[in-house]
Amino acid sequence: MAQQTRKSQLVDPLIDNNPITLQVLGICSALAVTSSLKVALVMAIAVTLVTAFSSMFISMLRNQIPSSIRIIVQMVIIASLVIVVDQMLKAYAYEISKTLSVFVGLIITNCIVMGRAEAFAMSNPPVASFVDGIGNGAGYGLILMVVGVIRELFGSGSLFGITILPTVNNGGWYVPNGLLLLPPSAFFVIGLLIWAIRTWKPGQVEEREYKIQSVEAH
Amino acid sequence: MSDTNASKGFIRRFLDMPPDSTVKTVTVAVVLCLVASMVVSAAAVSLRPVQDMNRLRDKQRNVLEVAGVYEPGMDIAEAFSNFEPHVLELATGAFTDQYDIATFEELATSNDPAIVRALDEDPAGLGGKQQIFQMVYILRDDAGEIDKVVLPIEGYGLWSTLYGFIALEENGNDIYGLQFYQQGETPGLGAEVDNPRWKALWNGKKLRDEDGTLQITVAKQAPAAGQDYYIDALAGATLTSRGVDNLVRFWMGEQGYGPFLERLKAGEI
Repeated sequence: MAQQTRKSQLVDPLIDNNPITLQVLGICSALAVTSSLKVALVMAIAVTLVTAFSSMFISMLRNQIPSSIRIIVQMVIIASLVIVVDQMLKAYAYEISKTLSVFVGLIITNCIVMGRAEAFAMSNPPVASFVDGIGNGAGYGLILMVVGVIRELFGSGSLFGITILPTVNNGGWYVPNGLLLLPPSAFFVIGLLIWAIRTWKPGQVEEREYKIQSVEAH
Repeated sequence: MSDTNASKGFIRRFLDMPPDSTVKTVTVAVVLCLVASMVVSAAAVSLRPVQDMNRLRDKQRNVLEVAGVYEPGMDIAEAFSNFEPHVLELATGAFTDQYDIATFEELATSNDPAIVRALDEDPAGLGGKQQIFQMVYILRDDAGEIDKVVLPIEGYGLWSTLYGFIALEENGNDIYGLQFYQQGETPGLGAEVDNPRWKALWNGKKLRDEDGTLQITVAKQAPAAGQDYYIDALAGATLTSRGVDNLVRFWMGEQGYGPFLERLKAGEI
């Protein structure tokens, strides 16, 4: 970790060490907010900012944080930042904050934020932690956008709210796939993405924790 | 957080303490909580006026939309000033001066027992209680005659309570439009209550027949009363459609705006 350059800190989490597809963190919010691209983009930006700044602040305080209460200290910092972001959205992006509703609050429980705080920021200087937060937020955002494109395009025939495939409900020809608008579809899309990435980069495939034993038929 | 950094200069001794000592643990916790609560409350307090304005604008925009006078990019506050707000007492169907228009919204969200009554039957799914005062909006034409009335409605669909407005023509019987400004129904199915094409179905429908019986229905097939009283239910959203049917019939009935609509029809408003 210590030999990481700034650039690799930013680029690695995009594919090679992606928080969603490799670390499999932050799935909950990835399911909830990806049915439309606009919402996914705002969520990605919000998570990136919160991860970056919380990592930075936690890293600044890392030598002062008593280890017995370190998780609580991290939570307080993250939660404060999330509330500030939530208030900003309500003030300056009201329509989107209505759609995001509880999910902004749930950034607090997003494992990526806590994960980076605990795994990286507690043992690295502030600037490196900030860059690490941006990188991981971007990795999360990248997957969100990919899933968002698939779900919005085939679920409601549009991208960023602009109609691409005119749907039957609006007098067009495209019969939208209703499943893609529901959260479970993101499971399938993310699962397929993980499969695709691991086929492309076999190094990401984890070793089996068990071996299938051949049993003779009775 | 910067406060904690600034204090580094003059609390050298404190910083050199081992992080795991009891004093340090307690102090870090207290200082962090203080700083965090200050940051959070500063953000909340300083942004509150903007947020309240957003909420108000959003509601006003919906009133404009349902009355068919909204155009994107227009000055919402100015257009909204053409609407006359009134506090309506449901049981008598008359406007009341008992409450101040400006502070009524706050009162309405406070669930004050003085403005709430218990419901024996609750077809609209309001949680067994209904507010007996409602803020309604009247739009007048240039001659000062009533053009449209906009009435707030709410009720339970499949997953969520739908909040919206219904706009009626001056005779209190012809529907101009219906719109929900807050709902959490299934995307692509129940959430199609927001689809402009479905909302357009409401335009021109009638609430009551000649005998004064409430006939408006959201259903899969046209009722005996005829097409004038029938809105085609949303495909694949039986329960949301049933919820909309129930809530419209409830609010337009005797327990809702019935008395007010009668007075409107008689020209007493």
